Amino acid sequence: MSYPELMIESIARVEETRSSRLKQIMPRITLEEKQILLENFHPDYKSESFRKLKIGPNRGDKVPHELADLLEARSRIEPKDFDLSRVDYETEVLVIGGGGAGTAAALTAQEQGIDVIIATKLRWGDSNTIMAQGGIQAADKENDSPVRHYIDLVGGGGFVNIPELARALVFDAPMIIRWLESLGVMFDKEPDGTMKTVHGGGTSRKRMHSCRDYTGMEIMRVLRDEARNRGIHVLDFSPAVEILLDESGKCAGAILYDLETEEYFIVKAKATIIATGGMGRLHVQGFPTTNHYGATADGLVLAYRVGAKLIFMDTVQYHPTGVAYPEQILGQLVTEKVRGMGAQLVNNEGFQFINELETRDIVSAAIIRECTDRNLGVVTPTGMVGVWLDTPMIDIKHGSGTTQRTLPAMVRQYMRYQIDITKQPILVYPTQHYQNGGILIDENAQCSIPGLFIAGEASGGVHGRNRLMGNSLLDILVFGRRAGKNAALYASTTKVNSLTLKHLEKFHQELIESGVGLERVSPMLLPDYSSHLSKIRRKGGVIIA
Amino acid sequence: MKTLNEIEVTKKSEFKSTDTKMEFVNIFFAGKRYRVLKGLTILKALEFAGYRLVRGVGCRGGFCGACATVYRTDGDYRIKVGLACQTMIENNMYLAQLPFYPAIKAFYTVDEIKPSGDLFLRYYPEIMKCLQCNTCRKVCPQDLDVMRYIAAAQRGDVSRVADLSFDCLQCGLCASRCPAEIVHYHVAQLGRRSYSRFMQKPSTHLSKRIEEINSGKFNNEIESLIKLDRKELEIIYSQRDIEPEEEIAPKKDED
Repeated sequence: MSYPELMIESIARVEETRSSRLKQIMPRITLEEKQILLENFHPDYKSESFRKLKIGPNRGDKVPHELADLLEARSRIEPKDFDLSRVDYETEVLVIGGGGAGTAAALTAQEQGIDVIIATKLRWGDSNTIMAQGGIQAADKENDSPVRHYIDLVGGGGFVNIPELARALVFDAPMIIRWLESLGVMFDKEPDGTMKTVHGGGTSRKRMHSCRDYTGMEIMRVLRDEARNRGIHVLDFSPAVEILLDESGKCAGAILYDLETEEYFIVKAKATIIATGGMGRLHVQGFPTTNHYGATADGLVLAYRVGAKLIFMDTVQYHPTGVAYPEQILGQLVTEKVRGMGAQLVNNEGFQFINELETRDIVSAAIIRECTDRNLGVVTPTGMVGVWLDTPMIDIKHGSGTTQRTLPAMVRQYMRYQIDITKQPILVYPTQHYQNGGILIDENAQCSIPGLFIAGEASGGVHGRNRLMGNSLLDILVFGRRAGKNAALYASTTKVNSLTLKHLEKFHQELIESGVGLERVSPMLLPDYSSHLSKIRRKGGVIIA
Repeated sequence: MKTLNEIEVTKKSEFKSTDTKMEFVNIFFAGKRYRVLKGLTILKALEFAGYRLVRGVGCRGGFCGACATVYRTDGDYRIKVGLACQTMIENNMYLAQLPFYPAIKAFYTVDEIKPSGDLFLRYYPEIMKCLQCNTCRKVCPQDLDVMRYIAAAQRGDVSRVADLSFDCLQCGLCASRCPAEIVHYHVAQLGRRSYSRFMQKPSTHLSKRIEEINSGKFNNEIESLIKLDRKELEIIYSQRDIEPEEEIAPKKDED
């Protein structure tokens, strides 16, 4: 495949400026300049893409239309007719979600001597965790400290992070790395055991720990292997479709839906942990996404219906460097580590336009400005626009072979389309990457509903309005562990009364009274990517606008 | 035999650009023919054909191994394999998915897997049945030298197994085609955990920092930061010193 003619001409301009750019560092911009850039070019500031919720704990708050459509929707079951007397599974802790946060939570709960069930929508481990390439932050080097980590975290988050959550994240970080080390996670280390660490966007110290560029996959492989060894009970292809409460209003488990047999199963649990991840597959504002197939905000929908409050849902993280070419892998992630190692962002004329290690929101807005307002983007044959990420700079700076050794996944990905990233730059454009907000939790990972705990991307507050690279792999483990531990403690002292879905009846009533109606159904569970053509065929040849 | 104008309907909705010429090809999924747009990956082609997949799809980015696929191209007797999210379709491609393989896994605690000459033999004695046919290597969608790490496992060379197998997605294709019925990807998992737990040195800077945190060394500083208002925090943030990028030394050793 390689590059078409027009793009090759642009690459020549990138090559022409490369040697002078090698010595050049773009100055960082001021907080005022950042604010102007965000207001004009960041998708979060496009007010027509949001609407105020009409019902629920966040009534009056604005969220993206795509999420509002799911929050303001009815259940797939009819609560009045649903028989809750037939309990299929009874456990002390139910973990909903089989990614990094859920598996860490399950392991930790089990360490407390508690019965655990993991219910997961796809295969165990199919998650955003497994796709996280870059690394995990922890302030464990001599020149670093948790205090510095805290400052970077809240600065990156727009100074609105919930302080208690931020403190928990930075204080637990080294302990989490030690836990992973003891389980046999293969970190990049010096022969003497010193962790090899690099920068990520918005870090003031090099505290990004990595496992080549398969960091998340390595962590997930080990956690899953450990949980298999310990015999943790897993129900796969069984997403939760409703949270159950008991008569006293405590969380009491969930209703699962088996995607293959199309049956409903009732799990009665003393404590429940939602670790269902984010909402990339809603394609907010039509953006492509880096997220896995199951990232459809199910956990937010479930928690919202039982009265849990959401926070910062008006902000979405766009990863600045999603693939813009070739079309087949559009929107997939180009890890931030590429910029961390010195690859610069360059426009169609071959010039830099932003310091590539600014935070993700800033870099994304700068790329959008380059491609829209300034008209200095590179256009692909399918009409996609992007800017260059000058990957050959990595080997020039660090010695030939560095890219192959430290970014094997990236090299492999592009070689499938005959693009050698060590020789040619790659075209990138922002892609929907992360849900900055989520279900509001406290430092014990508990939400406002007794017995309901939240971990990972489904939770909100710790990252403020913008998450930094490497703080998400950290977050899922810090709050996964905290959720597991606290859910186990809670479960050992609580009793569940008879199960009820009255909250759902009330929610449906609210939908009717607010005028939203009962047309839409959620959670989404899986996105529908069948072609327009096939959708027409399903409707019997009728073309629907 | 068409009831809808495929090209017209497709042009309107699947791609932004209208000047790209739409071409269609045939693929055979589990033997059944579908007409799909040319230039798609197997995964996108199945979806184009109308499938809403439950199994055989995961991260869609080449990391999870859920979409392992076996296929054969027109007129060729050879069976090929690949990840559906990463492999391009060809005209008259015959394919089937292999989203799960019933491989055996050994159970162990991490403390009992110290590196030793017989580590792998204890848990996976069948590795000695390797016929050196190299099929495992040929089918690996990650192009790993699978047979070589199995040879290393036979010798008990834990670090070699860990290094050579590191990029494994655990898709199971190697095990599905192995005439000796070896479960390569589980052997590799055992090797990597043993290596990391026992052969990599623990980080001393990590222990030191954990001790400092537990002794409360940073508590006062953090508490005073928490008390600051936004303006004061902004000043601290914008004045913080940033470790220079240049200090990354070129690394030439093994990663």
